[in-house]
Amino acid sequence: MAAVAARYPALKALDVEVLAMSTDSRFVHKMWQEQELSKMVEGGVPFPMLSDAGGRIGAMYGVYDEAAGVDIRGRFIIDPDFIIRAMEVLTPEVGRNPDELIRQIKAYQHVRATGEVTPSGWQPGQPTLKPGPALVGKVWEVWKP
Amino acid sequence: MPELTDGCVKPAQGPIVPLAQQTAGAAHTEPQEVHTMVARVGKEAIDFEANAFISGVGFRTVKLSDYKGKWIVLCFYPGDFTFV
Repeated sequence: MAAVAARYPALKALDVEVLAMSTDSRFVHKMWQEQELSKMVEGGVPFPMLSDAGGRIGAMYGVYDEAAGVDIRGRFIIDPDFIIRAMEVLTPEVGRNPDELIRQIKAYQHVRATGEVTPSGWQPGQPTLKPGPALVGKVWEVWKP
Repeated sequence: MPELTDGCVKPAQGPIVPLAQQTAGAAHTEPQEVHTMVARVGKEAIDFEANAFISGVGFRTVKLSDYKGKWIVLCFYPGDFTFV
């Protein structure tokens, strides 16, 4: 969570709203912010920290672990039409890679703005693909892994 | 900023299931109904309402659909004061 908070300026620059959610209460969120997160990242976590008491929301997003009673690490990119574009779910012991999150948001924003599609590992400025009959069998001419 | 009053227990709606998904006559969301809906890519996000802490603001109730029209990153994590 602190890693995502540290990249918040980059996310904000992309006009992204971040919402964090765990099964902890809002009171514990406040304590964690004040006692620890604010010491890890300047200003702490600047986005809302939501409480999924009982895990009912996590269950609908496929991230609630009934045995442990917690929401495991899952992140979802939702576009302005309220459509889920991407999800990544990890078991708790491995943290996320915010750089990959930001790369995916940039790619989805580019796709939405242009109608082009982005090949594997695409970064802004790199060639995109324009899907259509003319491209069939010709991808190799414009893109190689 | 005036200190907000906030009780020990504050209900929030949790998942907000479309009417069509609810059984006829059911006043509240049945857990079994809830579990039939699961988030999928390419599909509409499932709306919810939750209690939240917002730094510099205080305690608020937040609805996912409040952010409709914007790019949203929704991050679940196992718990406050954990290690990763």
